[in-house]
Amino acid sequence: MKTAAGWERLRAWFLLPAWIWMLALFAAPFAIVICYSLLTRGAYGGLGTPWTWENYQRLIDPLYLVIVLKSFLMAAETTAICLLLGFPLALFISRAGSRKNVYLQLVILPFWTSFLVRIYAWLFLLRDTGLINTALRHMGLIHDPLPLLYNDGAVLLGLVYGYLPFMVLPVYATLERLDPALVEAAADLGAKPWPTLLHVILPLSAPGIRAGSILVFIPALGAYLTPDLLGGGRTVLIGNLVQNQFTNARDWPFGAAISVGLMALVGVLVILMLRREREGLV
Amino acid sequence: MRRWLGLYAAAVYAFLHVPLVILAIFSFNASRFTVWQGFSLHWYRAIFQDQQLAESTWNSVIIAVVATILSTIAGTLCAYGLWKRGSALLSGSLYLSLVTPEIVMGISLLALFQWSFRWMHWRLGLYTVILAHVAFSIAYVVIVIAARLRTFSPSLEEAALDLGATEWQAFRYVTLPALLPGIVAAALLALTVSFDDYVITSMVAGVDSETLPMVIYAMARRGASPVINAISALIVVVFGTLVLISEKVRAA
Repeated sequence: MKTAAGWERLRAWFLLPAWIWMLALFAAPFAIVICYSLLTRGAYGGLGTPWTWENYQRLIDPLYLVIVLKSFLMAAETTAICLLLGFPLALFISRAGSRKNVYLQLVILPFWTSFLVRIYAWLFLLRDTGLINTALRHMGLIHDPLPLLYNDGAVLLGLVYGYLPFMVLPVYATLERLDPALVEAAADLGAKPWPTLLHVILPLSAPGIRAGSILVFIPALGAYLTPDLLGGGRTVLIGNLVQNQFTNARDWPFGAAISVGLMALVGVLVILMLRREREGLV
Repeated sequence: MRRWLGLYAAAVYAFLHVPLVILAIFSFNASRFTVWQGFSLHWYRAIFQDQQLAESTWNSVIIAVVATILSTIAGTLCAYGLWKRGSALLSGSLYLSLVTPEIVMGISLLALFQWSFRWMHWRLGLYTVILAHVAFSIAYVVIVIAARLRTFSPSLEEAALDLGATEWQAFRYVTLPALLPGIVAAALLALTVSFDDYVITSMVAGVDSETLPMVIYAMARRGASPVINAISALIVVVFGTLVLISEKVRAA
């Protein structure tokens, strides 16, 4: 049995594990990365002095700027397609009545199961000897396999497939909170379903769309596994560039500088989102 | 518009689920090629005879279980502590860790471990992977339990205090039982994200700590094989069940 004062003291320790985590496994690693980004690459791929800004200056080298811009474009396309697929789906779920939860779980289930397995599923379908090419060949529609895999399209498909639930869930959450009386009022005043959707429902679900867009855009921008497996080294995005600096290229300072840049971008996006949404993520 | 919406939703659901269903169907194919040649459990037998798969699965299980226990304890205490007295710095860091690109988290943890090895004669191994998994799964645990706490009224604890309970009793007999479904759901979620992780794990794993996703990745890189289909189907079934249980418990 604890006395009240003893409990107060004990409760003060509740946050301790989290603070240790925050300092030792989150802040400290990143602080080291920041230090590395200001060092020079050593003779054998190690780290050396002098301290320099040069690694950051290399980020605007056209060679790398192209990769950065391509990653942005890819993330923007992913977000747009996710919105196009996800908004109607969220609207459908929010109107499904008693089966809402089942439909919602059908979105969540593949999402939490396994990311790697889901990417592999597309590898299985799209490769030269994959199901789609084999089926088309057996139907006599093609002679040579179509180049479905290892291109930007395959990577885009994989990114949309991977992050679609990030769009559906927040959009659904705002549609769920939407007052049905507003939609009824629009109908009573003579609005047809489509104008109601465009002028009433869509503007009211803007917070969810904004949250969903940021939640899709951020992981798509830093994606590594999807372009690696579905792009087969031909689609290089920021994530692959970072990984390459730490493995094959053995240029840790430059890899660290790209990471810091990426994190700065992500941080700005998160702050923008949290400013708008007081409720927090998801 | 109603019918169009239904059709559209059906198409999106098909997009989400059909690839996984096809993947699973072909794990029962007698042929190693993508042409259906009859039902067979050959590839499932192959899984259980593969030494590398057995070892890596065992590694993954140890890592996932230890990391889940650690992150669930730390995350639960953290969520309760933040609920009592918020800390913008800590919750900000939790959110940030949730959206940190995996590759960035992977290389920064690798940098930390390499840096600390200058003073300590350790090597990359199971425990570095476990530490890394705790690092990325704590935020998930906190989010799930914090969501549960948002629906838990502080007046329940106050009522217990008014009725003569000590603060410890109020926590132990009122708050903790109310949080239990959230804690179970959070632990299952942590288990799933830990078992599945490839990117961060591959950066901080040593030679003796290869995990199942790392083996699957290497096999997928070499070209598809029905063995991967079979493992994938098993993973989907096992973790799909865990996720469903987690959702059920959380809704309870």
